[in-house]
Amino acid sequence: MTDLIDSELVERTLAAALRTGADFAEIYAEDKRSTSVSLDDGRVEQVTSGRDRGAGIRVIKGDTTGFAHTSDLSAGGLAAAASAAAAAASQGTGTRTVALGPTQQRTVNDVATPPETVPKAAKVELLGRIDDAARSAGSAIVQVSAGYGDSRKRVLVANSDGLIATDDVVRVMVRISAVASGDTGMQTGFESMGHTVGWEAFEAGSKWHVDVEELAREAARQALVKLVARPAPSGAMPVVIRNGTGGVLFHEACGHGLEADHIQKGASVYAGKVGELVASPLVTLVDDGTMAGEWGTLAIDDEGHPTQRNVLIENGVLTDYMWDYLRSRKEGRAPSGNGRRQSYMHLPMVRMTNTFVLDGTDDPDDIVAATDHGVYVSHLGGGSVNTATGDFVFGMREAYLIENGEITEPLREGNLIGNGPQVLRDIDLLGNDFAMGNPGTCGKDGQGVPVGDGQPTLRVKSLTIGGTAG
Amino acid sequence: MTGTTGTPSTTALGSELLDIADRVVAQARPGEQVEAFVARGGDTSVRVYQGEVEHFVSARSEGIGIRVIRDGRTGFAYAGTLDEEAIGEVLAEARDNVEFGTVDEWAGLAEPDGVPVTDQQLWNDELAEFPTERKIDLAMELERLTLAADGRVRIDDSNYADAYGEAAVATTTGIRQWGRENGCYVTVGTLADDGSETQTGYGFSVGRTATALDLERAARDAADRATRLLGATKPSSRRTTVVLDPLVTAQFLSVISSTLNGEAVVKGRSLFKDRLGDEIAPAFVHLVDDPTNPLAYTATDVDGEGLAARRNVLIGDGVLQQFTHNSYSARRSNTLSTGNAIRGGFAGTPGVGALALQLQPGARLQAEIIAGIDDGLLVQDVTGIHSGVNPISGDFSTGAAGLMIRGGALAEPVREFTIASTLQRMLLDIVEVGADVDWLPMRAAGVSLVIGDVTMSGV
Repeated sequence: MTDLIDSELVERTLAAALRTGADFAEIYAEDKRSTSVSLDDGRVEQVTSGRDRGAGIRVIKGDTTGFAHTSDLSAGGLAAAASAAAAAASQGTGTRTVALGPTQQRTVNDVATPPETVPKAAKVELLGRIDDAARSAGSAIVQVSAGYGDSRKRVLVANSDGLIATDDVVRVMVRISAVASGDTGMQTGFESMGHTVGWEAFEAGSKWHVDVEELAREAARQALVKLVARPAPSGAMPVVIRNGTGGVLFHEACGHGLEADHIQKGASVYAGKVGELVASPLVTLVDDGTMAGEWGTLAIDDEGHPTQRNVLIENGVLTDYMWDYLRSRKEGRAPSGNGRRQSYMHLPMVRMTNTFVLDGTDDPDDIVAATDHGVYVSHLGGGSVNTATGDFVFGMREAYLIENGEITEPLREGNLIGNGPQVLRDIDLLGNDFAMGNPGTCGKDGQGVPVGDGQPTLRVKSLTIGGTAG
Repeated sequence: MTGTTGTPSTTALGSELLDIADRVVAQARPGEQVEAFVARGGDTSVRVYQGEVEHFVSARSEGIGIRVIRDGRTGFAYAGTLDEEAIGEVLAEARDNVEFGTVDEWAGLAEPDGVPVTDQQLWNDELAEFPTERKIDLAMELERLTLAADGRVRIDDSNYADAYGEAAVATTTGIRQWGRENGCYVTVGTLADDGSETQTGYGFSVGRTATALDLERAARDAADRATRLLGATKPSSRRTTVVLDPLVTAQFLSVISSTLNGEAVVKGRSLFKDRLGDEIAPAFVHLVDDPTNPLAYTATDVDGEGLAARRNVLIGDGVLQQFTHNSYSARRSNTLSTGNAIRGGFAGTPGVGALALQLQPGARLQAEIIAGIDDGLLVQDVTGIHSGVNPISGDFSTGAAGLMIRGGALAEPVREFTIASTLQRMLLDIVEVGADVDWLPMRAAGVSLVIGDVTMSGV
């Protein structure tokens, strides 16, 4: 790792960044190589190779942050970025030397087969199998597109407190989308997988093995099912969400609202509520960046701090928020390992990692059986939230009516809408079948970062279904 | 990218990036088509909070993307640097990647089509030289104006941002273009409190120079949007006529444009794929993609493949007139590119998309339209377009907030409900297009739009 930038140059760069009298300076350098393959319309459209390499320099003076980045990791390039960031943060003068401590490195993911050691032909062949499997799922499948991506990102973070840490993050992912066509028009199905492991994710026998053909058939099945779907209902009713598909509910209903930047600006409905009952006592919510292999997992966050398992809500009581360096410094407390950024070109901010709700005690079948009339969501789509009001939406990609305690007809797509604090209180049944969900990309302030989520099957007493049927 | 060669001065200006692109293209081997796209850009963003600079970000990036096509197979590679050695590596990788593509008889680069480039003023030295302190002043001033607009308002953040970009594209098929542009905008996010609840709002203004920014308007909008939602309740479910605020219309148009995308059409993914020549909207609806209108924030001289950007009528007199195409989707459809190749920077190959959409405006401003509605809803915000709208099936469902309209006047605020229909029906159900065109920092212009028979889902 010492080859990304040597530590003597790191020290010099940090000292240059402090030259206008700032009280904190940080360098984040990355070197990322990626490969992606796209298949559409039965053809491998192209293989893409990418290289992104550069450093971002952050300088803080009081409440002001200056930031600049460069793709030039030479002494001259770093000096120019350091002086731009310094000038942006502070107009004074100062001299400080920086002495880095020993480099911290920790491993949370075991990578058996680095993806760059795997021939491109194998990656192409993987998509071919996906295409075949999805198309053979039914003659109504008229189109399939699929993508494979892998990346290896080496990271170095160092700051003027003497911290220096490195990481080597490997990711593999696959996404599959299928289109079915019938008398009622076209419908779509979507599946994806993503892990912070290597090519072993596609090798039978590995603990991370994902059967991509099964995943392809699943995407096709979703599209086929919806060909006979009826318009979703309109109005408020009980909603049951299948395990491992609805973590986005918590990500939106409260996750974002527990990010310390929103809290400090009084722009969250959860501000000032630590120690209060904010959810059904059934709910224990955790954000954990250390879960081996998961999509939101990192050894260190993008400010060099080790990721942690943070309990945010315990038995319904709000226990803590999520913190990055800037916001925890203001509060005089330790960060929680939640400072993240999209790349070296971006400022870090408070972000989630893997966010999930722990198991309850109900049998998932009993949850459906206990619901007289409502909606069963077996795949949620994306979502978004207004943290200040708590109002959030998320899409239902595959859903069914529940009638007399049984899952019946499939429904067309739509959004669900609710208010975070209300929905958390309205969770009245929680299953014992916890599962992690699909890999996600969380967008905030223009930056996307990989996140994971998970939950057991659960019921919300009342959510508004945004369909068109009365 | 934008702009083009033409005058001696711009040729000299663009020569550095064009030289890099030329050098790559010159290395093409017999039987190879090669395209080099070289870009450089930067942006500044200032965020102010409570009278202090919260952050000042100065970002610069450059890079190259190289496409190689041989025997109907395509390979691509990119790097976020213009380092000579890295460029050599990128070309070698792109070449290597060719081996793995599937043979596609339509694969190929764009070829010059003789359509002249519309000369536009997309670069302003005034903005390029705008001093840093003034940028900070603007963000501070916007915060002050917004706070002064209403005593119930707090600021979430007040921002000034500007961006510049230049790009060159050259190909073995004879494309050789360079262009540059810059622009700026201010945005402010607000919170309004009335003791028991908080609502949010936003305001913004865009321009090609900082002097074109309208801070007063941004401040007023941000304060109004947050305060007028105070006391909002969840409405009951019903069907009603909705008036979409200009920004909401722009988001709606972006979704519509993805159904008119030639790539979606040739791959069987557009719900309008067999509908060319059909009436898909009332006769007064004209949807135009016109990147040659300099008022559009996304106006451009050339598209992502280096062809002249041009005005295309997508829906004229309510009839579906044409789809948007890049050279690939056009070749497959046995037609010509409409100059709609879209490139998300050097790290990707060109897709297809609308560049600067606009609905032809009608005669009445929003207030006049509302005065004529007995019972309806003004939609101020929508959320979840990405999760609840499916441009392939046509299902449309988004979260919304706004104000009820009763007896021709704005009435109580409402929130935490959805509006739903299908894209096909919404186009047919358009009742009126407003006169209040609003240029936004996105690929569609805003305008008030009235749509009948939309389902509101609430209590």
